[in-house]
Order: sequence, then C-alpha cells, then structure tokens
Amino acid sequence: MSDDHLYLSLAEASPEGDARWAFGTGFEDPLHGIDTALPPGVDPGELAERCLALGDDALVAAQRLAEWCTRAPELEEEVALANIGLDLLGQARLLLSRAGQAEGAGRGEDALAYFRGPQEFRNVRLTELPNGDFAECIARLLLFSTWRLAAFRALTAHPDPVLSAIATKGVSELAYHRDHAAQWAVRLGDGTETSHLRLRRALDEVWPYLDELLAAEGPAVRAEVEQTLRQVLDAATVPLPEVPALPGSGRAGEHTPHLAPLLDELQSVARADPEATW
Amino acid sequence: MVTLLELAREAASEVVDPELPMLTLVDLGVLRDITVAPDGLVTASLAPTYSGCPALTEMRADVDAALRGAGFARVDIRTVLDPPWSTDEITPEGRAKLAAHGIAPPGPAPRRAPGAPVPLTLTPTRHVVHCPQCGSPDTEETSRFSATACRALRRCRACREPFEQVKEL
Repeated sequence: MSDDHLYLSLAEASPEGDARWAFGTGFEDPLHGIDTALPPGVDPGELAERCLALGDDALVAAQRLAEWCTRAPELEEEVALANIGLDLLGQARLLLSRAGQAEGAGRGEDALAYFRGPQEFRNVRLTELPNGDFAECIARLLLFSTWRLAAFRALTAHPDPVLSAIATKGVSELAYHRDHAAQWAVRLGDGTETSHLRLRRALDEVWPYLDELLAAEGPAVRAEVEQTLRQVLDAATVPLPEVPALPGSGRAGEHTPHLAPLLDELQSVARADPEATW
Repeated sequence: MVTLLELAREAASEVVDPELPMLTLVDLGVLRDITVAPDGLVTASLAPTYSGCPALTEMRADVDAALRGAGFARVDIRTVLDPPWSTDEITPEGRAKLAAHGIAPPGPAPRRAPGAPVPLTLTPTRHVVHCPQCGSPDTEETSRFSATACRALRRCRACREPFEQVKEL
C-alpha cells in the first residue's frame, strides 16, 4: 500500500472484526493465551494492589505525555515523548489486566481505566502534575523513569510469573526512557544560564514527590535510584535539591486537584456511551 | 502431501508487519509458534515487540484472517511475554530486507547481567551503524525515537542522507 492511498484505504468501509482502529474500548485482552493462574504463595490482594498502582502510574503518565503532542519544542522531541507515553500505555494495559485477574471481581482493563473515580486511582501524585515547561517534563520523567526502571528490575524476580514477565519486558523500554530524560537533564543543566535555572526550578518542584515513589521500595531500589539521580545531576552541574518531602500519598487515594480533570478527558469517550462497540 | 501444520505455517508466515511491510512476522521473530490440534484448532503465538506497540492489534487480526483464508475455521492468536521479544530475533533475511529498504538493522541487543543495575548512558549511542544508502560507517544518532518506538533517527556524515535504524531492544 503506498502512502498516498493510506487515508483512502482507512476510510473504506471496514469488514466485521477489522482491528485496524487503534482507539475505543473492547480490545482483545492483552494477556490472552498467557497462563494467568495465580501460583500458590502469591497473595491475590497484594498482587492486585501492586499491579493496580504500577498500572495507574503508567496510565496517568502516558496521558500527560500525550498532552505534549503539537506542543513540544521540536518535532523529534514530540515524537520521543509520544513514544515513551505509548510504551507506558502498553505497560498500563498489561498491568491493569493482571490487577483485574488478581482481584477476581470481573473487572478488566477498560473497567479499571475508564470507570473508576479519582479517589480510586492509586498512581503517585508525581504523574498527575500538570506538564509545565519542558524542564519540568524532563525533571518529572527523570525521577519517574529512574525509579520505575529500578522497581521493574526488582520485580523481574516476583513470584507471579505474569508480573515478572511484564517487568522483564518493561526494563528494556524504561532504560530508553530514563536515558532520554537523563541526557536532556544534562543538556539543560549544562546548557545556557536560562536552561540551567529552569532545570533547577523544575527539580525543586518535583523533588518533594520522590519519597512517595520510594515509600514501598527496599534498600537496593532506593540506593539505585539515589545513586543514579546523583550521577545525572552531577553531570548536569546541578546540586541535589534541598526541599522537604510532601506528606500524603496517591497510593492511598490522596491526589492533587489535577487528577480529576485529567481523568475527565481520558474517560470522556468511554463514559459517553459505555455500551458502544468499536 | 501437505500437512495441516505446513498449510497453517505457510499462511501465517506470509503476514507482514504493518509498520515495516518489507518484513514478515517470521523475519521479525514475532511469530513464535504455530500448532494445529487434532480437532483442527490452530494456535498462533505472537510475541509483542514493545508493550505498547499498536501494530500488534493489526498483526493479530492479519494472522487470524490469513489462517481463516487458508481454510481453518477455528483460530486462536495467543500472546507470549516470556521470554520477551528482542531485536536479536530478527532473522538474517529480515536484516537484509531492512537494509535493502534503507533502514539500518539493529546491532546486538544489550546483554544485561541479571541483578545488576542497568548502566546509565549520558551520551548518544556511539556504536558503529553503517549507512544503508552508501555503506559508510561514519553516521551519527540524531534522535533515539522516530516514527515508531522501535526506530531511531540517524544521519550519514559521508553522503548526508538521513535514515532510520531499528534500535536494539
């Protein structure tokens, strides 16, 4: 098919079951065909909680990253942020599906993504903060992906084989995300006076949320995150921010006022006609 | 005589990647397995490239349609996550096809020691990637992400042509 005919072919009447459209609800279960039995010794409640938290992080972060489309400082960067968001959206689908299976109440990825209110979301607050300027986006992505990469690496040894497989797959993707954010942090911090100051301001904004990311982690993940961040900030000629941690946690359903409008937009189409098929 | 399994393999192995249509799913290493049960049920196992790759939905539909077109009434397309897909699974034939279409094939995927942190890379990827147009090794990365998550943008310093590379995963 040549590119000239792409739009024409998309406009053609689609046969029944055509899966060309990458939007809507009711996609094939992303875990279809995988052995999803819970192994003995895995607590279903804990597994559901962990998958839900990590899935919500990815879903909300992906939505914020998608907001950069048509607004990023250059085309390549817009494409990079959209691709990172897409990776996270894929991780969210796998994790929310697994959360629904472990929960055992019949909720699938659509029910969890589209039909829960803000208080029921368990994402860390860092992911729901408004995009702000590009330095804030990079500072947020640096903290988020540095932590998530270390956390996923630890989860590769999780006793649930499905979560372990999702984590193993995610590690390779997150390594690209973290390095992308780290390289930009160095470029901004070690760049002009303006970019340096903006990065420092951005890091002061996001640093109070770092404790929330690390709260559930063991000493190895904490050490890896802290060491990586120090290495990046050193290369960026930026000191470690000295700002107090913010009390509260999105993991307990305590969110900033920014989550509700984000979810309103994310969920609007699915909620407008919950019975619709695509 | 052609067996049902051979028939199913032949039909499924003609399906191409919607985003890299010069490659079949076999070239790409995405089609992991095909079985035909005694009751006629065909099961095809696909390994997603990236967790969020939107092409997977279309690949599933295309494999399903190809198998039904070959006369199989009952088809099940399964997802395989373990072991995760890697660019190392792209076949030598697939790599040659990529290069022939102006896309540099990936180098070896990073080998990561289990249990060790993933090393931080603070500078653009330095390994040698040959220009698919002129063959020069003098190329540089311009962006690690391009039209899809699986490809990076590069440029050749010798012939000045920009090109894409399937990046290592």
